[in-house]
Amino acid sequence: MTLLLNIAVDGVAYGMILFMIAVGLSVTMGLMRVVNLAHGGFALIGGTLAHWLGTEVGLPFALVLLGAVAGTIVIAMPLERLVYRRIYGFGELQQVLATIGLTFLMIASVNLWQGSSLLSITLPEGLNRSVDLGFRQLTAHRALVIGVGALVILGLWLLLDRTRFGIRLRAAVDNRDTASALGIDTGRIYMLTFALGAGLAALGGILGAELLPIDAYYPLRYMVLFLIVVAIGGLGSILGSFVAALAIGMIETASRYLVPDMATITFFVLVILFLGLRPRGLMGRAGA
Amino acid sequence: MNRRLLSLLLILLAGGAAYLLFPYNLAFLTRILIMIVLVLSLDLILGLAGIATLGQAAMYGAGAYAAGLFAIHVWADPVAGLLAGAVAGALLAAVSGAVLMRTQGLTLIMLTIAVAQICAEIANRARGVTGGADGLRGIRPGKVLGLWEFDFIGITGYWYAFAVMFLVFLALAVIARSPFGLSLRGIHESPERMVAIGVSIYRRRLAAYTMGGAIAGIAGALSAQITQLVSLESFSFTLSAEALIMLILGGTGRLYGAILGTVIFMAVHHVAAANDPFNWLFVIGALVLVVVFFLPRGLVALPASLKRLAKGGRHAGS
Repeated sequence: MTLLLNIAVDGVAYGMILFMIAVGLSVTMGLMRVVNLAHGGFALIGGTLAHWLGTEVGLPFALVLLGAVAGTIVIAMPLERLVYRRIYGFGELQQVLATIGLTFLMIASVNLWQGSSLLSITLPEGLNRSVDLGFRQLTAHRALVIGVGALVILGLWLLLDRTRFGIRLRAAVDNRDTASALGIDTGRIYMLTFALGAGLAALGGILGAELLPIDAYYPLRYMVLFLIVVAIGGLGSILGSFVAALAIGMIETASRYLVPDMATITFFVLVILFLGLRPRGLMGRAGA
Repeated sequence: MNRRLLSLLLILLAGGAAYLLFPYNLAFLTRILIMIVLVLSLDLILGLAGIATLGQAAMYGAGAYAAGLFAIHVWADPVAGLLAGAVAGALLAAVSGAVLMRTQGLTLIMLTIAVAQICAEIANRARGVTGGADGLRGIRPGKVLGLWEFDFIGITGYWYAFAVMFLVFLALAVIARSPFGLSLRGIHESPERMVAIGVSIYRRRLAAYTMGGAIAGIAGALSAQITQLVSLESFSFTLSAEALIMLILGGTGRLYGAILGTVIFMAVHHVAAANDPFNWLFVIGALVLVVVFFLPRGLVALPASLKRLAKGGRHAGS
């Protein structure tokens, strides 16, 4: 029983991080139909900025978090304008190549700036304390991760379901041409959505640095993981990504606890079988 | 017809010229030849059949480990080792392809990467058989066809790899012209029409993927025999990505594009990556973006584009 609870708590924390990083990827893929392999790069940029702001500038954690996420968004927006906008209409192979090229450039830039070693993110004292859950100790940091993840899904739901921006975004995802014919500025929606996705990736990257450590090769190492979340959740589905991220978090944590030697293999085999049976994922849209 | 003979002759001449011009870089030239075989296999899968994959290293690595183990435990004959590599690559491609060919787009790309990662993980765990992270050592290939021994300078290695590359090129040229090759082209260009005329897309794509897997396995086997070492790097994502970049750089679907792209990429790599792999990433990243934005059809389309540009055509370069 304790084991199950352990798996549940760790799995949820892990799943929340995966969700934060991958949800932007899912929405941009569903919206712009662009295969973006560079998305993990934004988590890397966020983590690198957080490392720099925390250790070299010496800001308190809250400001580090804010500054790093804002910084990532500032970097992501011109990238969308200059690079991504041009590849929306390309074939998927060209998109894959262009975004691999971008990923390589991001890795090289981070290395040039901060080197290739592990980039630690300093946490405040308060977050290292542990909270007693009765059956186990949980660090306040993990509790924070779960809390922030829940806030993000709630916030996204409110944004998409209750605001004008959300209506326009959903319209654009459903049918880009009709939406733009109705006078929706899809170009602006693209850029805002892209920036939001990049910002969330940065947030997830920083908060998740304990589980997915940040170094220059981060985007390549975890690329498949993020893509798996999107593929299983179904392109463009936020709820799908959330369910997929939690499920993947649980399954991977469970296989680490139960079959530590075969964890990676078990995990991948399950994923491949699932996608072989349901190529569109949990909540994939037809024709996406 | 003449033109095709001419291009074959050109490849033979280039092979001889490279041998004479760079006698002290035979190891590097051999490396290029091995990569050409790998990129040719990708050209069959991607250029001809239009299957977007980023996991060609899976079959390459499977071939390398199979050939290495075969040489150590069964028989040291190099040609038999190539066969073992081809069989291993084809088997892996057939088994994984049975699931992969059901998917498309992003899911397909992601799963091809995942297959390579699983292979790397298995090779890493099965330390007793594969040597794990230390790599598979002790491969001692015998004489090629019982006549030529692998020498220290790499003369045998070079001509052996060249012969294999040339045969693979010939085989692919024949396949591309065959009814099967044409049906693959058809599937690439319009899957709906191919279904309408009664072609089973799934089976043809699986067959193409398996053939490409066999050739990638041969490339891996060559590398195992010539470097006498197989490392986990054989399964790396970087290898798959670089092979893809070489193919796109040269131009897909036309075989000699694969050769051209590989030679240029490897030459640039040789110069730029001298000792800092990260600066190399700047070069390769920029290179890829340039190719995607300005040379979408690769270098083989450059002369035609320039000709149109000179004539003042409106769609020059596209």
